[in-house]
Amino acid sequence: MPFPKFRLVKREKISPTFRIFLPFIAIGVSFIFSSIIILLAGKNPITAIYSIFYGALGTRLGFLETIVKAIPLILTGIAVALAFTGKFWNIGAEGQFYAGALAATYVGISYLNLPNFLYIPLLLLVGFIAGGLWALLPGFLKTYLKADDVVTTLLLNYIMIYFVTAILEGPWRDPETMWPQSIRISENAIFPKLIERSRVHFGLIISILSVIAVYILIKYTKLGFSIRATGANPKASNFLGIDIKKTILITSIISGGIAGLAGVGEVAGLHYRLTENISPGYGYTGIVVAMLGGLNPFGVLLSAFFFAIIITGAQYMSRATGVTMFMADVIQGITLLVLLAMLIFYEYEIRRVE
Amino acid sequence: MKDILTVGFFIGLLSATIRMATPLILATLGEVVCERSGVLNLGIEGIMLYSSLVAYLTVYYTNNLWLGVLTAIIVGILFGILMAFFSVSLGVSQHVSGLGITLFATGLSLFTYRQIIGAPTIPPTIQTFKTLTIPILSQIPILGPILFDQYILTYIALILVPVFAFLLYRTNFGLSLRSVGENPEAADALGINVYKTRYIALMIGGALMGLAGSFFTLAYFNMFLYGIVGGRGWVSIALTIFANWDPKRVLLGALLFGGIDALQLRLQAIGFNIPYQFFLMMPYVLTIVVLVLVARNALAPSSILKPYKRE
Repeated sequence: MPFPKFRLVKREKISPTFRIFLPFIAIGVSFIFSSIIILLAGKNPITAIYSIFYGALGTRLGFLETIVKAIPLILTGIAVALAFTGKFWNIGAEGQFYAGALAATYVGISYLNLPNFLYIPLLLLVGFIAGGLWALLPGFLKTYLKADDVVTTLLLNYIMIYFVTAILEGPWRDPETMWPQSIRISENAIFPKLIERSRVHFGLIISILSVIAVYILIKYTKLGFSIRATGANPKASNFLGIDIKKTILITSIISGGIAGLAGVGEVAGLHYRLTENISPGYGYTGIVVAMLGGLNPFGVLLSAFFFAIIITGAQYMSRATGVTMFMADVIQGITLLVLLAMLIFYEYEIRRVE
Repeated sequence: MKDILTVGFFIGLLSATIRMATPLILATLGEVVCERSGVLNLGIEGIMLYSSLVAYLTVYYTNNLWLGVLTAIIVGILFGILMAFFSVSLGVSQHVSGLGITLFATGLSLFTYRQIIGAPTIPPTIQTFKTLTIPILSQIPILGPILFDQYILTYIALILVPVFAFLLYRTNFGLSLRSVGENPEAADALGINVYKTRYIALMIGGALMGLAGSFFTLAYFNMFLYGIVGGRGWVSIALTIFANWDPKRVLLGALLFGGIDALQLRLQAIGFNIPYQFFLMMPYVLTIVVLVLVARNALAPSSILKPYKRE
């Protein structure tokens, strides 16, 4: 069996244009693969993909809903991007999202006697802290006890979601409807709307500020340098006098905190209460968002918007064409894999081996 | 409370322990094979889910249980090849390619089920494997009903433990596999094809994960549910570390977690004044605790996470 006929040969120079265009090529290629799957399901891929874009961008309502969906994705995407930059494998954004949502709901349904300009920052603060602490636990387990962060962050997602379910089916159950959801949060805790006749809320500003803040953090601060160095080469970082343990712990808090903010936004900006399925997997989509955005905060902003198009548009597509909206999940997986396959072209080119 | 401490309760508990350990034994053996060759396969959760669905659909349409097992194994092998393409041929991040495969396979499971079965209020059921009572042996008091009244997939899982211990430590292939995982440069110098060995390891690992997946829909439940695997793939990753990458210890770890799973189900049924979700959490909490206890002394295959590039 002649095994590898082609070999990857190291490139001498990577063109920066190519680097920027690669994600777009990846999206194109992943649509080709997605089309094959839609064809196998006996549907027309062209109308299906057209209806995704039409549903997400073609109407005022669709476009604004896409922005609403982008808000949590920007935040979970940034959370994952920051963690991955420091090689803290935070796959736990989903759990941290719920931790943030839970804490914000607790404060929101306590009906504190506060005006909204104090209530909302308080919600954001407790949400950030809750998400941050939920991520600090695996950060601590990684640095001090050498427990694999991938496994711990993933398992903590299940634990947090069961915990939220226990609370919603128990003490917080809505006494009016008896559904497993909390009561409505205080009016003063609700995020203001940004656009008339839409659901676009203040969370958008929070998410864009987070993008800018993380960009500055990574690019221009000493901590950001430590995070990048720890991610690139922990051994060398040690020689440079960087406290790797401390860096990972801080990374985990900030990353989890930002994922927690995503949860706050969904509670205070969109649903005004906590429900069991408040996240349809935003934490996991955050991984794809972060990777497609090249772990760059502004890249994350764009890629979150792209996946918001897919998720919003898929709902329209399922009504219009009968292709289920789970196609959005398939596209996410395919895009990540295609992107990953193409990342290799950053460094290598394929040459035939004689 | 009194009826907990009866012989019947313990026989039921231990029998369920072995039953619930089955997918963990199979999947963890699969992960051990992958990691021993130097590749962390985080696709495990998604591979199990998709193969459980394919097994279910096969039986749904053909009523042939063994065909269901076979298709699940084939799905596992195909995903193993996909994982190998990323981690071996392209040599990209094993973390991200594994997660990518899990996300893709999970999405594909949701998509396939909804597209084929739709969203009925009661998921359609299939005829599953019956437990296979082994004559004579099952008559042994206490041990009989615990060990010899299980699903055939459980017996297969138990037999595969020594088989893989033998394969890894007593065969040339096992030696190649381990050397590729420990020191690929040296293995290559000795004439072992590192790429090929890793491809085969990921295919074998995938086959075991596929078999594990089939247990969920063809034995444990009689239907497909989106959360049917429920993180057991991630538990298997932890068990691989717990087992110190040794097939024999896989059995111990899987039984421990199968036991917790079986126990929490019974505690739920007894109905303490605690929300049932806290019992559901137990296996995950215990996994983290055990991981923390063993992590310091864990000695992973040296070349894990490192792609091999032949000069």
